[in-house]
Amino acid sequence: MFDDSSLIVGLEIGTSKVCAVVGERNADGSLNIIGLGQARSRGVRKGEVVDTTQAEEDVRNAIVEAEQMADVEIRNVYLGVTGAHIRGFNNRGVHPVVSADREISEDDVQDVVKNAKAINLPTENNIVHAIRQHFFVDGQDGVTDPVGMLGARLEVDMHVVHGHTNRLQNAIRLVKGLQLEVDDVVFNGLASSLALLSNDQKELGALVMDIGGGTTDYVVYANGVIRHTGVLAIGGDHVSNDLAYGLKVPLSRAEKLKREYGSALVDEEIKGQTITIMNDLGLPLKTVNVEHLRRIMSLRLEEIFQLVAQDLEQAGLSDYLRAGVILCGGCARVPQIAPLAEKVMQMPVSLGQTNSVSGLKSALDQPEFVSAIGLVKFGSFKTRKREGKTSLAQGLKSTITSFWRRS
Amino acid sequence: MKTNSPTPEASLEPVQVPAVKIIGVGSAGVTMLDLLNSADFAGAGFVALNTDALAGSSAPVKIQLETKLLRGLGTGGDPERGGAIAEEQFATLKNACEGADVVFVVAGLGGGAGSGISPVLARAAKEAGALVLGFVTLPFACEGNRRQQQAQSGLDQLKSVADGVICLPCEKTFNLIDENTSVLDTFRLTDGLLVESLRGVWRLLTRPGLIRIHFDDLCALVRDRHSESVFASVEATGPGRAREVIEKLIAHPLLDEGRALAESGAMLVSLMGGKDLTMAEVNRVMEQIGRHCERAQIIMGAAVDETLKNRLSVTVIVTRENPVAMELPPLGGAGESSETMIARGLTGRLGSRCGSPAPGLTPEQREQILTQRAGGRGRKGGPKMRQAQLPLAIITKGRFDKSEPTIHKGEDLDIPTYVRRGVALN
Repeated sequence: MFDDSSLIVGLEIGTSKVCAVVGERNADGSLNIIGLGQARSRGVRKGEVVDTTQAEEDVRNAIVEAEQMADVEIRNVYLGVTGAHIRGFNNRGVHPVVSADREISEDDVQDVVKNAKAINLPTENNIVHAIRQHFFVDGQDGVTDPVGMLGARLEVDMHVVHGHTNRLQNAIRLVKGLQLEVDDVVFNGLASSLALLSNDQKELGALVMDIGGGTTDYVVYANGVIRHTGVLAIGGDHVSNDLAYGLKVPLSRAEKLKREYGSALVDEEIKGQTITIMNDLGLPLKTVNVEHLRRIMSLRLEEIFQLVAQDLEQAGLSDYLRAGVILCGGCARVPQIAPLAEKVMQMPVSLGQTNSVSGLKSALDQPEFVSAIGLVKFGSFKTRKREGKTSLAQGLKSTITSFWRRS
Repeated sequence: MKTNSPTPEASLEPVQVPAVKIIGVGSAGVTMLDLLNSADFAGAGFVALNTDALAGSSAPVKIQLETKLLRGLGTGGDPERGGAIAEEQFATLKNACEGADVVFVVAGLGGGAGSGISPVLARAAKEAGALVLGFVTLPFACEGNRRQQQAQSGLDQLKSVADGVICLPCEKTFNLIDENTSVLDTFRLTDGLLVESLRGVWRLLTRPGLIRIHFDDLCALVRDRHSESVFASVEATGPGRAREVIEKLIAHPLLDEGRALAESGAMLVSLMGGKDLTMAEVNRVMEQIGRHCERAQIIMGAAVDETLKNRLSVTVIVTRENPVAMELPPLGGAGESSETMIARGLTGRLGSRCGSPAPGLTPEQREQILTQRAGGRGRKGGPKMRQAQLPLAIITKGRFDKSEPTIHKGEDLDIPTYVRRGVALN
């Protein structure tokens, strides 16, 4: 059996599937994926649990499958969360350096970080992540580690991701009900970006879009730090629903049509083509126009990209994304989605590949597992950090620090 | 089809300006008149009309209705007194309207003078042979029930005689003000909005039109619709101005963030631009507006005003249709048969209100659902009965029917994109 501390499990309760990924940390610190369990999700809409009984069953199935595959017993998980209630914003904390010699100490750094986190959130909201961006010493930009520097005024920019406490708790309670411990709660978009981006890409600036079943989570890196996060409660489910509505077929059939004939672009050559849907006996039931199918899909996906592009435009980040857009999530499987995204966003778009993790090739190559793998990666950073520290009393949130840069 | 017969009268020579008189009634009306009395309205005759002293007004013609009955104390907020004194001085009023082709009656309803005199004045103007258009405000809800009722009955009376009434409920301006706006500023704002709408109509009538709106069109739009009109005017410059005005229009607080457009029964759109106004822009704006209010009867006009330079200004007057009210007698007496009337009213306008009916429902089922919904309301009876607001188009959201809707800038993103964008699948 493995030593418990080397085992890291990421659990994502998604809208279309529940997925548990088991990772193992080798002695040299590298990460190896050894197990994967998944189950079709039935109790989740738009990234949030709406039917606890069914969701619980699905989570149990996924965990059991992952346990069998990895031959381990899962006790702790890193839980991925998403939902329209999750928001991200940037905040700046200020702290005057009071010591006589004006040298910035570790305590000053902790104080300024604390100040940056003291923000006006609605009472029912809770901070999920508070991520350090850059320090400013006397207005000097771009300082990553100010300890030991001289200065009178220390400032820090933080990116704070927060969400509705009760809605976050719903997922946590569900997992705890299965006798699993939740090590930490991680925003899915953040997890995906961890799994996909290399340091170079973070430095150049990149947008990671995880277009899942119920939500589109996106994270923007610029100059090596997270600058923007967001959730759009639209995903593959909406595509299927649009098709079901537009083509007047049941949702399950629409889902199937989407997978078999879907594409993000409407090609010239498919105009006029039709698909005949057969019933169980092989008799023709209905004919569907392929052009309509693609048109409906294309419009919906185009809108997702437009909305995200608008949001980035508002945040003033469109010009920072020199590494372009990286797509993952189930919708990244849609053929020709990258050209469509390129057309809308006017920048290079690529499909994400999980790097810096080894192990099951079948799991690593699928875009829909990216965020679960990212959760494992998040866990590995965290445990590494924890080992480095002597005291655990810092609290969970404060541990997410400048290692984003070094990862 | 009046709307679609532009017959591009591209002539840019000035239109023959009709003789216009703008009459401010009551203290609110007189205040607004002062706002109006500027260079923009050169050529219009201004008349201030009140029961109180008019010394502060800048209008060239002042008529103070005075009688022993009032003992110099004004109407005391009683429209009946206002009405009585106006009847008494009917000849004076008629005289004042003499010679005008169009009379604009500007008033704040709710008080004695505004609500009492305006209808009588409108009648006098009609008898003098002018077209009458009312521009009135309704009081804030916090001003009390009595003023509301007075205003409502004044409005009904005015509507029954005037050719058209554009009515701005002050309550709407709550969308535009914040916690710190002073009372003075708020009233200035409401007055300003009404003045803006008057200016819009004025421009329609007097500026050379590429596609002209006739006064008849305007009157047809605002006449006999026993409902409120809302009004919005937006401006934009730059290359993307056509798109920008639409965005501003949809975000306009007075239009309930675009909801008013969607619910409108009829609307008038007036585009104004400098000399560089292009047909493509006109087309783009109209196309977008048309998409947002599919059921509305749209009257459009486009005109060139050189003073606008490179700005594009769009003015819309939206009338919310309220067919039930039309079927009911205007005041009171809605007793025994109100329920059936509502049912009739609702089913009768299914075609016009609900864009694409739910695919799964047969007409009978729909009728049943709608009557049930209306029934609950109708049982209360009495003259205070209000029209139940139905959801707009019945588009099933399928899988997302019961989940929290994803609303982004007033758009429900759960509804298929192609439906919202109006892409036709043939």
